[in-house]
Amino acid sequence: MSLLQLENLSVTFGNFRAVDNISYKVEEGEVLGIVGESGSGKSVSSLSIMGLIDFPGKVSADQLKFAGQDLQTMPEKQRRKLTGSDIAMIFQDPMTSLNPCFTVGYQIIEALKTHQGGSKKELRTRAIELLTQVGIPAPESRLDNYPHQLSGGMSQRVMIAMSIACDPRLLIADEPTTALDVTIQAQIIDLLIELQRKKQMGLVLITHDLALVAEVAHRVIVMYAGQIVESGPAAEVFSTPKHPYTQALLASLPESASGKARLEALPGVVPGQYDRPAGCLLSPRCPYATDHCRKVEPANQGDLDRQVKCHTPLDREGRPAA
Amino acid sequence: MNQSDSQLILKAEGLKQHYHVKQGLFKPDAVVKAVDGISFDLEKGKTLAVVGESGCGKSTLGRMLTMIETPTGGSLSHRGEDLLTLTADAQAKLRQKIQIIFQNPYGSLNPRKKIGAILEEPLVINTKLSKAERREKALAIMAKVGLKAEHYDRYPHMFSGGQRQRIAIARGLMLDPNVIVADEPVSALDVSVQAQVLNLMMDLQQEFGLSYVFISHDLSVVEHIADDVMVMYLGKVVEQGTREQLFENPKHPYTLALLSSTPQLSPDKRRKRIKLQGELPSPLNPPSGCAFHGRCSYANERCKTETPLLRLDDQAEQEKGHMIACHAVEEKRIEVIEVGAA
Repeated sequence: MSLLQLENLSVTFGNFRAVDNISYKVEEGEVLGIVGESGSGKSVSSLSIMGLIDFPGKVSADQLKFAGQDLQTMPEKQRRKLTGSDIAMIFQDPMTSLNPCFTVGYQIIEALKTHQGGSKKELRTRAIELLTQVGIPAPESRLDNYPHQLSGGMSQRVMIAMSIACDPRLLIADEPTTALDVTIQAQIIDLLIELQRKKQMGLVLITHDLALVAEVAHRVIVMYAGQIVESGPAAEVFSTPKHPYTQALLASLPESASGKARLEALPGVVPGQYDRPAGCLLSPRCPYATDHCRKVEPANQGDLDRQVKCHTPLDREGRPAA
Repeated sequence: MNQSDSQLILKAEGLKQHYHVKQGLFKPDAVVKAVDGISFDLEKGKTLAVVGESGCGKSTLGRMLTMIETPTGGSLSHRGEDLLTLTADAQAKLRQKIQIIFQNPYGSLNPRKKIGAILEEPLVINTKLSKAERREKALAIMAKVGLKAEHYDRYPHMFSGGQRQRIAIARGLMLDPNVIVADEPVSALDVSVQAQVLNLMMDLQQEFGLSYVFISHDLSVVEHIADDVMVMYLGKVVEQGTREQLFENPKHPYTLALLSSTPQLSPDKRRKRIKLQGELPSPLNPPSGCAFHGRCSYANERCKTETPLLRLDDQAEQEKGHMIACHAVEEKRIEVIEVGAA
């Protein structure tokens, strides 16, 4: 049984499909990377797992299961118990995700009190333990700090401490290091992966940094305009991409260009709410698009282990199949 | 004057920016050395990249080069003219030649002005061109950066991030500058759009012979676009050299750590991760000796007391001009770390 199982999950805001029929699984102890540009639906899909999509957003799915329990049909109270303890999330910007009016200790203890309870003293000891786990020096004094007294890296460590407070089985990290410097990013990612291994959590790592995903993820999902265009084992997807979008993303990285040559830029931008094309959503930007692509939306090919949504998936040499 | 001298556009020597910070009524002011003694030469058509973590003074450097702030020490000259001793009039003239592009295109464009007005504002202030001439010039530059003529009458909110950054670049080009200081121009953009903007910047460099001071924290972008690289830590340069020297033969422990922290796509380019402990210390209270010693695994007693000077690496010919500020490198205490040893 998979830890998290999604089948045809969609999130709509009015007529706009922010997330469009996506399906994936996360196993216990697995790191799943979700990559894509802004506006591709990465964050919205994870918010919907946490049950954080408010009206007018609407979530629908054929299946939305966590460890065999159906998240859609369970009573609201039970779901709230599950999220925050068994499923936890780390948000992108640590500076704005912490409440500036309360001390760090208060905010960590709040999560503990809601889900586990205990005496004041026990909770405080546990909070200190958590801060030690995430590598914050002098945790006793840090508990009484307000968020503005912490640096960006420190705040993100506090966020991680909060999210692992109740020993989650699934941790969703939404761009956990985007706001941080590279050396701090390396520290935070190492910490996350270490915790993930120790606790055998499932980790969903959402990011736009392809190289980061290539380094730490077991499997990867590439999203474009709300759809999953390609998924598979990370090493395979990055070495032999099957979807033109994955290929183009990889080629547009500066490290792929040798010397001072031009970068292979994908023209245009991700289509927004009002300019979604007919047929394949990538067709206006895709170098291989045919008339068929512009009219008919491609179906998913392959099984959940290696999937590609393209009429003419690329072969090993990176050319479209005839 | 020989050939290489005439190509010299911008020259900085010992550039300093010290801020005084009030600490209370009866305490003496503290001094923050945001930038502390930076020297470089920038030639025509070349790109100098400035790399470092937030708080290392790279943006302050950009503000000094564009004369938004006056340096508190050192000298800065543009084509041999000293920028700091000029009269206000002459300074205003020279300011036109050094333009800046800011990081966040969502914040750097006035939301209440149309693109045409944004682009023409520098011309209104600095030139005596007529309305029709200004419009013509704005449209010409817009075409150069890949914007369409119909965008002239639109407001910034109608554009995507990449297009906004194109507008910001166009604004920088309106007064025919020699030097463009680009302060993290692509860090707010997605990778595919980042590639478009980087390509545009390189095309414009070729066409107009522009020199760039490219401020960035993204080493893979820097490796792609830079000719020379300067690595800064807490207001000081710790390593300076050509792109090849820095990326193929990095020496300073901080440069090594930065390179190893940058995620790499291909497994054979990955370096052994050098774990840096802790964070950038506060510039209000910098460590004694080498500012990096608290996080450096090679630090010894000398590093704690004596500030290392930026000195030439005295080895082979291809290492000419490669400067490092590190006692450990000088004493040859650092073993060479192979790429791909991860």
